Amino acid sequence: MSRRAERLAAAALLALAALAPARAAGPAVEDSIAQRVQACTVCHGREGRATPDGYFPRIAGKPAGYLYNQLVNFRDGRRRYAPMTYLVEHLSDAYLHEIAGHFATLDLPYAPPLPAQAPAAALAQGERLVREGDAARELPACTRCHGERMTGAEPAIPGLLGLPRDYLLAQFGAWRNGQRRAAAPDCMATIAQRLRPDEITALAGWLAAQQPPAAGAPKVRAQAPLPIDCGSGLR
Amino acid sequence: MSARRWMLAGVGTVAVVVALAAAVLALNRLDEAPLDATAAPPATAFDAATVARGAYLARAGNCIGCHTARGGAEYAGGRGVDTPFGTVYAPNLTPDRETGLGTWSADAFWRALHNGRSKDGRLLTPAFPYPSYTRVNREDADAIYAFLRSLPPVRQPNRPHALRFPYDNQAALAVWRALFFRPGRFEPEAGRSAAWNRGSYLVRGLGHCEACHAERNWLGATRGGIELGGGLIPMQGWYAPSLAAPHEAGVQDWPEDEVVALLGGGVAPRGSVMGPMSEVVFRSTQHLSREDLRAMAVFLKSLPPAAARAQTAPPPGGAAMRRGEALYGDHCAACHGERGEGAAGLYPPLAGNRAVALRAPHNVVKAIFHGGFAPATAANPRPFGMPPFAQLLSDAEVADVATYIRNAWGPAAPEVTALDVLQAR
Repeated sequence: MSRRAERLAAAALLALAALAPARAAGPAVEDSIAQRVQACTVCHGREGRATPDGYFPRIAGKPAGYLYNQLVNFRDGRRRYAPMTYLVEHLSDAYLHEIAGHFATLDLPYAPPLPAQAPAAALAQGERLVREGDAARELPACTRCHGERMTGAEPAIPGLLGLPRDYLLAQFGAWRNGQRRAAAPDCMATIAQRLRPDEITALAGWLAAQQPPAAGAPKVRAQAPLPIDCGSGLR
Repeated sequence: MSARRWMLAGVGTVAVVVALAAAVLALNRLDEAPLDATAAPPATAFDAATVARGAYLARAGNCIGCHTARGGAEYAGGRGVDTPFGTVYAPNLTPDRETGLGTWSADAFWRALHNGRSKDGRLLTPAFPYPSYTRVNREDADAIYAFLRSLPPVRQPNRPHALRFPYDNQAALAVWRALFFRPGRFEPEAGRSAAWNRGSYLVRGLGHCEACHAERNWLGATRGGIELGGGLIPMQGWYAPSLAAPHEAGVQDWPEDEVVALLGGGVAPRGSVMGPMSEVVFRSTQHLSREDLRAMAVFLKSLPPAAARAQTAPPPGGAAMRRGEALYGDHCAACHGERGEGAAGLYPPLAGNRAVALRAPHNVVKAIFHGGFAPATAANPRPFGMPPFAQLLSDAEVADVATYIRNAWGPAAPEVTALDVLQAR
């Protein structure tokens, strides 16, 4: 939202506050979980939608188990991003569950993806890896766990669409050098190690260019056993 | 000078050096009983009541805060404490025989807490707050020892400190201790209530409040003068406000219940905790009994009020105030109110807020820059969060907003500049 629009919205809010019947002084602030987690939306977009041109990932509609695991990972140092760690450092498991559950229930339209920049050959390589993997190198297809439509799977496997290319690249880098970890066995770290840098660039470029599904897409459940031993996907 | 005079001067110098060294050594051995380093810990387990009391006291001392790495095993050490002299790594307190306190006797543990000396005779760095812990009594030290012995042993080797020369040197540390450390004993003050004395024991001892809420000299020792008079926390850059000054964080005119609410829940009608104090509430004080929190309140309320320093700063420039007002309307007013009045019970007021008007701009800058949640506690299990505006505002804009909220509705506080923000964020 542009600054002008934001200012208009703030003015509208204040006007509403002025019209509201005899409430004690102060802004009209509702006591809701959405209001309590406004600290999150300054980066992750309003209601947890990612901004298409930014770095920050979309969190709206991701499985609650995945979001909860990430919040705990930031708190306990398995993921490193100082602003996130600072925010969640002194929050309880129960509250982190509630926050994760809140964003998981949001079913919001995605912004259209940015047009792909990569050459056609790289995009084809990316799509092949995502849909087929490479059995010879024990690389399962992304879709095996993250869903045929790549929208993630309950309870704790995230969707892959609507994420900025830079964010995807940074995650693979972090898995490879140990800056992003998950409950052992850390399946994504294993996969990131098996991928070559050119393959990572290819699949991140292809994923970031895909049109995400419209709102209201059905949720799918992960099918055990997963093709690779994973400490966090099913819980 | 004749050879004889040279010799006399030499002998004199040596004598002075020897006398000084002897004095330093003697000062380092004050109130220290000889320790049988081979004494083994007791073979039998401690009774459950002692262990539980020790667990509670370890909470009161927030031992876990330093002796647990992020995401690591509790009390197994490894967290680095940054100091102006280098990084000190807290050691493993679990009863592992090779890497923890497995071979420590209760006497050895007492000597570490009371005298700041390790089992092997080495002097401990005062990042371990033994200048406060020295006031803990033997019975409580033994209970904490019993609790630590009850933990599951974790094999995690200690990481050596990364201190710069000469701060990594035992002789230098001995000199520091001769200058700045004396073992202490807590003596109840006659004429004070039992609650006051209990509060004093907790605040000055295990609570080690002065580790943050006091100024430090250039060698890192807390300065005398006003007790708990506030100071900048080294390396972290948060200002720990004076607990003696009513215009900073003094609670002399607060109802006792509100002090208890702040320490026990992190939020109170006249203020809430933020920054490093969130950790103190989250890991330590929220776990303390009402009686102990009340005792701390009684003691803190009795601190002699420190006078407000006269504000000598010129009023802020009109341009900064105008820019700050516009930014405030865009980003802050929806929660904190158009006139900084806050939303009762949800968002704190900024008008008349002592934390906003602190002369040191550090905390207000950090609050805007990093946002944050109050700690989740039983009294406030679902805190409201403030966004980290570092993602949205430049240093200059943070400075303008800070200047605005410090001056728009009440007593003036010095203008905050972009340079202040750069240094304080």
